Amino acid sequence: MTLQDNIEKIVTHPHLSPKQKSNYLALEAENSLPYVAVSEQVNNAMKQGIICDMFEGHAPFKPRYVLPDYAKYLQQGSQYLELSPAEDFDDALNALTILYFHVPSVTNIPVYLGQLDALLMPFTKGLDTDAIYRKLKRFWILLDRTLPDAFMHVNIGPTDNIICRTILRIDAELQQIAPNLTFMYDPAVTPDDLLFQATSNICQCGKPHIANYPLHADAFDTRGFGIVSCYNALPLAGGANTLVRVNLKEVALNANSIDDFFAQTLPYYSQLAFELIEVRSAFLHQQSHFFDSFLVKEQLIDESRFAPMFGIYGMAEAVNILQALLPSAAEVTTTNVASKPNTGYGHNLDANELGLRISAALDNIVKSTPVTYGYNGRALLHSQSGISLDKNVTPGVRIPYGSEPDPISHIQALAEHHQYYTAGISDILTIDETVKANPQAMFQLCKGALSSGFREFSANVANNDLVRVTGYMVKRSDIETFKQCGSRTNTTGLAAEAAINTGIFQRQARVIAHEQAPFIHE
Amino acid sequence: MSKHAVVSQILPFSCVDGPGSRLVIFLQGCNYQCKNCHNPHTISLCDACGDCIDSCPEQALSLIHSQAMPLPQLRSQEMLLHGDLIPVNHSPSSSQSKPHIVWDSTKCSQCDTCITVCPRQSTPKTSHYSVEQMLEVIYGQRHFINGITLSGGEASLQLPFIIELFSAIKSSEHLSHLSCMLDTNGSLSSTGWHKLLPFLDGAMVDLKAWQQDTHHYITGRDNHSVFTSIELLVQHNKLYEVRLLHIPGITDYEHDIDALGGYLSNLPTETRVKLNAFHHHGVKGIGSTWPQCTQADIARLANQLTQRGVTNIVLPSLYI
Repeated sequence: MTLQDNIEKIVTHPHLSPKQKSNYLALEAENSLPYVAVSEQVNNAMKQGIICDMFEGHAPFKPRYVLPDYAKYLQQGSQYLELSPAEDFDDALNALTILYFHVPSVTNIPVYLGQLDALLMPFTKGLDTDAIYRKLKRFWILLDRTLPDAFMHVNIGPTDNIICRTILRIDAELQQIAPNLTFMYDPAVTPDDLLFQATSNICQCGKPHIANYPLHADAFDTRGFGIVSCYNALPLAGGANTLVRVNLKEVALNANSIDDFFAQTLPYYSQLAFELIEVRSAFLHQQSHFFDSFLVKEQLIDESRFAPMFGIYGMAEAVNILQALLPSAAEVTTTNVASKPNTGYGHNLDANELGLRISAALDNIVKSTPVTYGYNGRALLHSQSGISLDKNVTPGVRIPYGSEPDPISHIQALAEHHQYYTAGISDILTIDETVKANPQAMFQLCKGALSSGFREFSANVANNDLVRVTGYMVKRSDIETFKQCGSRTNTTGLAAEAAINTGIFQRQARVIAHEQAPFIHE
Repeated sequence: MSKHAVVSQILPFSCVDGPGSRLVIFLQGCNYQCKNCHNPHTISLCDACGDCIDSCPEQALSLIHSQAMPLPQLRSQEMLLHGDLIPVNHSPSSSQSKPHIVWDSTKCSQCDTCITVCPRQSTPKTSHYSVEQMLEVIYGQRHFINGITLSGGEASLQLPFIIELFSAIKSSEHLSHLSCMLDTNGSLSSTGWHKLLPFLDGAMVDLKAWQQDTHHYITGRDNHSVFTSIELLVQHNKLYEVRLLHIPGITDYEHDIDALGGYLSNLPTETRVKLNAFHHHGVKGIGSTWPQCTQADIARLANQLTQRGVTNIVLPSLYI
């Protein structure tokens, strides 16, 4: 199809809003440029679906994710935006709203809205509980209606404070898909009853995610970090310049033995991923002029705090494929691994150990490979939760859909992987509806997961209308009606595609993937 | 040598078997013959007749004549829990040779053909655990659960195992925070309860019908001991929940609503009155022709009980 045909298809699309059309048109325009120059090997690996640039575009002119230092901004105001420092609560909300419109990301909508309780607590003087509630509720509705993208992410906790409590209350009341919400939990700081409120919210609306604060804090410096989009942990006042991911399933299919996988194929395709990371981030940092932005001049972001994310997915398939190459596995073919729910990755001790060995090898590769534009000169390893076009390959290191064991076995099978994925890992547990009447059970499960080494605890309660289809929240009823009438929410289109391609409604967990896929849904 | 139990299933995470998150151990064997049983394969113990062996499409079953425990028999099997395979191999403890079925869980596809062909409607897919082995399983889950619940079948038929297990939990440094609950049909004798009470945190008791005749028709047994058990548990402040499985037109809860309501309203206010809705899943025989219980049926029963002063009513989380 020619460029003009594509453009015509977009502008005449019956279900896209003018703004959604503008976004797709911009992508078409960018992608009409030649791709950043890569070697033939990289080009082939991309064509074969072994490495993937997440469809970020041919000529990256903005980072994938940006995490501005909102506290600094509220404190100093902005010369560029002609704003003086915030003086009260309304000032602060107004200033934040303004800046959100100037924070780019791969989705054109900010993926990080800040550690809102820490940001707003200095401005609560003189306000009673009810006033805070009313102001925050309006703000919450504004975010959902004007920035309709469930990749945008608010952080709260680990301290107990009125903003944190009020946001949890409002989020459960409104049950909006946006913003996404992470609650930081620190056993040394967070009282049990606050965590209980957060985990009770999960029973009601699938949010928030609970982040293991000490584990994340140790991975970054004192300037801090944020959880953005879906489960990406990144340096505050920085972000991710790009995300390149490796399809471990395809890498395994190119190996002729487990030894060959570790000695040859995995290092080879990892190096190709790094080559792609280098050329994409070089274009962004050297040619796009993004880092001339006022965000840099006013020190809300710092170029040295941007890191590439080295993403992986398809761990489950990779492990099962490699296990089948073992001489002892002569009769255990991948076919009968698939037909037996209780065998293979996630269920079998040897398979789980092999998976862990792969994660450790990836960690070693990422930590020993310098990059030109990285956090301390390195990329950050990320267990990537898939995109809407993925077929027959499981996101990140997750256990394949429909074959997940019970939640505790699920956590125990994957917990050890979490230490390696500095830039985030999303294992989403599906809990059956009976948990709704028993939030104590959710609370205990969450505590158990975090004490086992989970970086993030995310759970879906089966049959909630709000479901996490690909790492972000969508309403199940929205998915069902999307085909007829389109959606006000950008992410619902992606979710509809994901639901069709991945058979998600057959699966126990309701979460697979995230990120933008630049395709129009018929 | 520690006590052993015949276990039909271990559920690592349950939200409906007592307070909080619970590991539930289902013991094989029941002294009731409920027509409405949702798990009829847990009623009878396997007698190793071997009829199931040839029917298994995965060849996961075999009959061996070898060492035997007095009873329950021991089997070699692999128990899948917390992502690890915990081998539960038993060494011979007696020279007596007795046949038993060996179930290889790694080959099993859970098609349940073996249960369908069993003349006793039993399952060969049971496992045998010593108290130590069970403690090991519980230890691995301890951060995720608030306690354990023994269920069945009728768990109290294997009382010595339960007493030893609960007592070991209560005296363990790492496990004593876990609450120990029993899910029972209420048939245990007062003598039995008194042995268990020192280690028991609470019980969930089924009250399957109000009238003697109805109870006998549904379960094959009288309900006298059920009332005695409830009374005893109330006296010792250990009655966590009374459960009513409502089958419209079969159970007599609505027919005797005044007597039932009066009785339940006199229970301690902390005792939950849990209403469960009968459905056909798993039910064999005449029970499968009985009407299923709808959300409206439950709402009507709950309303009638509320009018009669029953306060702590818990409705089903979902209806099938």
